[in-house]
Amino acid sequence: QAIPGHQARSVEALCWAAGERLFGAGLSGDITEYDLERLRPARAVDGFGGPIWSMAANNDGTRLAIGCEDGSVKLFQVVPGSVQFEKNLDRRKGRVLCLSWHPSGTHLAAGSIDFLRVLDVRSGRTTQRIMVNYHVPKPRKHECVVWSIAFLSSGTIVSSDSFGRVQFWDWERGTLQDSHTVSTSAALSLAVSEEEDSIVVGTSTGATYQLQLLPVKVGSQEKRWVRTKPFQHHTHDVRAVVHTPMALISGGLDAQLVIRPLMEKVQKKSYEAVLRKFILPHRRLVSCARKARLLLFQFSQHLELWRLGSTNKTGKDGEVLPVSRMPEHLLQLKSKGPEHIYCSCVSPCGSWIAYSTASRFHLYRVQHEGDSISVKKVPGVPKLLLPAYQLQCSSDSGRLFIGSDRGSVHVVQLLEPGGCKHLHTLRPPAGTREAVYLLAASADGSWLAAVSGDWEVHVYSLKHFKHHCTVPTYSCAVTALAIHPATNNLVIAYSDQQIFEFSIPEKQYTAWSRMVQNRGLHRLWLERDSPITHIAFNPKNASQILLHDIYMFCVLDKSLPLPDNNTLLVNQSTLKQLSEPARQRQLHAFKICKKFQPLLFADLLDERCLVTVERPALDISAELPPPVQQKKFGT
Amino acid sequence: MVAPAALRVVRCGGSALHGARAVFSLAGGRRAPSDPAGPSRPSSLCRFLLCASGDFVKMYSVATEELVRLLRGHSDLVTGVQLAPHNHLQLYSCSLDGTIKLWDFTDGILIKTFTIGYKLLALYALPTSEDSVFVIIPKRGERDTFQLASVKLTKAAGQDTEAKEVSVVLEGVDVSPKCTAFGRECEYVASVKGTNLQVYFFKRKQLNRFSLRAKTAKGGNNVFTCVACHPQEDCIATGHADGKIRLWRNFNHKKEYTYSTLHWHHDRVMDLAFSAEGTSLLSGGVESVLVQWHSGSDCKKDFLPRLGSAIEYVSISSDSTFCCTSHTDNRITIINSNLRFSKTIQGLIKAREVKTGLVVDPRTKALVLNGEPGHLQFYCLQTDRQLYSLDIVQQEYIHQAGLNQSDLVRVAFSAQGKWLATVEERKETDLELQLKLWFFDEKTQSFKLNTRISMPHEDRITAMCFRDTDELEDDSLMLVTAGRDCVFKVWVILEDTDPEAQQSLSWSCDFVGSYHNYQATNCCFSEDGSLLAVSFGETVTVWDSSTWDLKCTFCHPPGKIRNICFGRLTCSKYLIGATDHGFLCCWNLLSCALEWSAHLNIIVLQPDPLSEHIAAVSWLLKESSLFVFKPSEPRPICIQRKLCKEKIQFAAFVPRDVPETIGSEKYLWLRRSQLFFLTDRQELMTVSTKPLEERLTLSSKQLAVEESLPVTAFSLLLGKHRHQQSQGSVDFGKVIHHHHEQDSPAVKELLHTPAHVLPSASFLCPIFINSLLISKENKSAEEVPDEVEMESEEAEDDSDEENNVTETKQEDTVPIESLGETTYKLSKSEEKELRKIRKVDYSWISVF
Repeated sequence: QAIPGHQARSVEALCWAAGERLFGAGLSGDITEYDLERLRPARAVDGFGGPIWSMAANNDGTRLAIGCEDGSVKLFQVVPGSVQFEKNLDRRKGRVLCLSWHPSGTHLAAGSIDFLRVLDVRSGRTTQRIMVNYHVPKPRKHECVVWSIAFLSSGTIVSSDSFGRVQFWDWERGTLQDSHTVSTSAALSLAVSEEEDSIVVGTSTGATYQLQLLPVKVGSQEKRWVRTKPFQHHTHDVRAVVHTPMALISGGLDAQLVIRPLMEKVQKKSYEAVLRKFILPHRRLVSCARKARLLLFQFSQHLELWRLGSTNKTGKDGEVLPVSRMPEHLLQLKSKGPEHIYCSCVSPCGSWIAYSTASRFHLYRVQHEGDSISVKKVPGVPKLLLPAYQLQCSSDSGRLFIGSDRGSVHVVQLLEPGGCKHLHTLRPPAGTREAVYLLAASADGSWLAAVSGDWEVHVYSLKHFKHHCTVPTYSCAVTALAIHPATNNLVIAYSDQQIFEFSIPEKQYTAWSRMVQNRGLHRLWLERDSPITHIAFNPKNASQILLHDIYMFCVLDKSLPLPDNNTLLVNQSTLKQLSEPARQRQLHAFKICKKFQPLLFADLLDERCLVTVERPALDISAELPPPVQQKKFGT
Repeated sequence: MVAPAALRVVRCGGSALHGARAVFSLAGGRRAPSDPAGPSRPSSLCRFLLCASGDFVKMYSVATEELVRLLRGHSDLVTGVQLAPHNHLQLYSCSLDGTIKLWDFTDGILIKTFTIGYKLLALYALPTSEDSVFVIIPKRGERDTFQLASVKLTKAAGQDTEAKEVSVVLEGVDVSPKCTAFGRECEYVASVKGTNLQVYFFKRKQLNRFSLRAKTAKGGNNVFTCVACHPQEDCIATGHADGKIRLWRNFNHKKEYTYSTLHWHHDRVMDLAFSAEGTSLLSGGVESVLVQWHSGSDCKKDFLPRLGSAIEYVSISSDSTFCCTSHTDNRITIINSNLRFSKTIQGLIKAREVKTGLVVDPRTKALVLNGEPGHLQFYCLQTDRQLYSLDIVQQEYIHQAGLNQSDLVRVAFSAQGKWLATVEERKETDLELQLKLWFFDEKTQSFKLNTRISMPHEDRITAMCFRDTDELEDDSLMLVTAGRDCVFKVWVILEDTDPEAQQSLSWSCDFVGSYHNYQATNCCFSEDGSLLAVSFGETVTVWDSSTWDLKCTFCHPPGKIRNICFGRLTCSKYLIGATDHGFLCCWNLLSCALEWSAHLNIIVLQPDPLSEHIAAVSWLLKESSLFVFKPSEPRPICIQRKLCKEKIQFAAFVPRDVPETIGSEKYLWLRRSQLFFLTDRQELMTVSTKPLEERLTLSSKQLAVEESLPVTAFSLLLGKHRHQQSQGSVDFGKVIHHHHEQDSPAVKELLHTPAHVLPSASFLCPIFINSLLISKENKSAEEVPDEVEMESEEAEDDSDEENNVTETKQEDTVPIESLGETTYKLSKSEEKELRKIRKVDYSWISVF
């Protein structure tokens, strides 16, 4: 799930406070509390200190401290339903870039440019001011930015600065205890483990380092911080790190989230012990008009409509065919206002485009007249629809389904030429507070499956506009679902890589699904990192299900036996070399193709055509600001 | 004189200096008791560097880089030297001969020998365990498996004791001494092998094993190469094959261990050493750069680049004031604590391939062979050090695999060492050859290039020799080169008539000879220079050197001629040839007939320049055997079978300074020159008749005779003067006597001692003045003490036949030689007086 962004509100700090409440603060100067059910900012409080650079919550989550551009540190009390300004602490010139509470909550450490200071929370005074720009080689004597700070319970303050140093300070005396130069470029982020014996530091070279508090000698009390392991998983700045008891989690500018388990803490080799990398997003950003052969791409501020190219040649496996018609950029639709687009959809006939931001819903009618194309906004969009979390058109392009909050799905009839009418609102019988984030409509137009934030899958009958049944709840998030056009079986993929098939007419799991659950899936399949983001079906062969995630495309053939843990899961290349009878013996249900660069979208256009959208990681990094150049040996 | 035992093969000087980590002795080593100097002496003067070299332990002065002492006694390669932890004036050394010896290295006395009975491959002496040391020994019954064992050294009296209490500590350790290290206060031992690190805690008896993957995903090679332990903290540094250094901590936990990585080296980390406090770590590798890492940080490091060649070992003195690096080209570099290059000790450079053979420089009696690429090294066998290195190719050598570069292949000296001829070749697609002739410049005392001839032959030059005649006349000088292009060429000096020419002399070709279009393989002049023998394939041709007429031919089909040489002195009418068919033939030049032949696969044939003996080395059944014969007699004088198991490549007779007294008739050929030979593993060996034990007892006896052992050049000087003062006028006379020999020791000492270690001028002045005075006293009376001294010196000379340990002895031998032949009768009163003096001098010994 994602909370849609806003152009004017960049988020500089996030923290959890008072249990499960998420607060964000940014350069707009507001503290924003997010509504996690409706996935939008719930309320905002102005900090009155200019842009907010940092925010920290104390240990019991009752107070928030923000560091502002003007150098002030302000305390806010977290009260039910709101935050309340409590007091201003001592203001010194220089923006407060990082904040950390002492675990007891009596003191705050604040880092700014060239110095860090310790504030007494009760009196609001600065009790210690430590200059950090000493011991710097002469030519580099420009400003030293304290990027991150941590206040340990022992009274040690750990700071990481733009010279790549991690320094340990005694706050009472203001003296330097230890200094580790971990990197030649800036050390940007810092996180301390709960036992305070390990620190993880993220640097602008994309490397993260672990520092550990180790005894100098066996059995002696003297302990020292020692830089131990470097991890290079990112290509760009590591902006945020988290130290959990079991793993180090780091996120950076290269749009990757990496979970690096600490081997020594893991008891046995298992799924937990595997390094995991996530490339966001896990949502569908591309929608496809099958009949019209159009693709709609969703960007944060605009939509693009492309007509697919085509070829009139056929070739063998591995060949690249010449394109007879180039893909054509038809349309760019800019959204109005600062809010980001949350979801979008194009109808199968290609004549309707709908998108939604956090506050507005837009529907457009696209008219194709030969080569020219015209877009007209559909007037009279019902006002009750807000906000939309997922949009889906029926296969005959006659209806638009809008997933909305509180588990409701609005059904809108699309009328020619360019009108719409609200037909019905489907609601789950028990009622829920969570929004619907996935929708699937059946090809014959009689069924609709909706997944809400509490991972319940409800099936509605569109003929009667009533709730049909609920798929038994499973303890994982649903990542993709689709209804089979012929059998009306609902195929659901969960985030733990399990796949279920649920027969809607019979209101129960199919025999194949039960068989899969009994046999279990292949170990390698279950250990994949990226969730399945889209499910499609082969209209020619009812037993074939097409799945894809970021790294692979898979044809799941229900008629073939399931692989067990001893067989090779990805066996297409070995199969090619085998003779025909041997190949028959080796076949199993999962036919996996891994040759894609990060795969954003794949869908069947018709029975002979598959469209895939790749988003090469190189393209993403090329658009990012260049990382700190590092000389590699020999280059 | 002890009856000489059988001939032994001895590794002589020039052995690798990097057999084991060198150790520094502690500062302020004991000075000689007769030394009057106060404690104001800089501490570095008393420091020694002890390193294993072949069968010996060499002791160098850190301040002057001079070889101070040679500790002899092991009968095989010394593999480890360690200071005794409880007495820093004592030294443990271990050897492949299965013994650990305890030395008093300042005096050069062997205190004890512990016989273990295993091959000892490394030695570790720890301060915590007083009476036991750790050694690496091979595992019984298994090849290539080694174990770390602790050996209890009993304190029983007597020189030779057996230490049989061997208890194994760790199994499966690596042979290399670099791969095992003892940690802080000897609480644990860390050993690496392959990709495994094992740490054994002595107190808890706990063994932790850590292993790395052999290859990392990024192409790293995690194989361990060396290990070092932090002296204060629980931290282990390991070097890896891909150049990484890992610092391990928390290794007392099986799981929660952790390590950090330092990476600078691009190739294998050869050795690691922590400073005494552990604040810095030194590492060295093939880059020949010494890297100093500060406090385990990747960012702070210092470098000492351009050390010349790959670093093999790094060691630090116990107070971190010095460190030294041993290099693969047999060199030790001493480095200051602030990473400044201080001194270098150069041994015999191991060239990649010795193509020139062993040649003796007639001027310096130094051994000349390939050194650094493109260089010729002059190696003094007496002092066991490199004299100098002559750049022959004069091109930058580029270290890159697969690059063909010019290399030196042939060297020849004229009889007096005035001319040097070198041949270099480069094989790219076609051969490039250069013949260079060098003239010894008396002014600069070095060889100067005189003539450069490119492509003297069309193909490789196989042999080259000068005509050995009086060199007073340059006209008679002649150089012959034999080439594979089926000709031999004679080169003579031409006097240039052009007055504008820079040099008046140059070489040019005088005669080209060939024989039936066979490849010329060897050439050799007879002793008087009248005849030249050139071998062409299966035939030896003899030419008259004045008219260049073919005199006669010899052959012994079907074998091709491998070596030829003329007999000398009384046997000059014989020509000796060895064929590759396994025959040694002796032809009589007068009768032009085969005198005798023997069925021997001779690979090296080397005539002694000072006698008629010829040494031949055969290679049969993977063993080298030595035969020494006179050409006139078909029966060899000496046969030494199974000389060594390695193939001998080259041999050379080096004239002795002093003829040795040889008891046995059989070894009389060793009297005037010494035979050195080089094996194909480039180990320089010699043969000796002295048994091992004799050397030992004598070396300790030698101590008793010499009052003050020269600890340094300074104490040597002062101690000697003190001694002279105590002997009064007797020594005074000796000084005068020496003056007649034109090298007064006082003057010599004055000139040879570094200025900064000289005592005050007021102290030296009277001695110097005295030395200039000519004595008119009766000589026979004055020479009495000299004779007594001579006896002792002679004994000492017997004890070490390779070289004299100190300069003093060398000086002293000069007069003795002349004295040794005449005998003096001493009156009884004189003898008594002498004994008195001796008694007085001995008295201080009891103080020890």
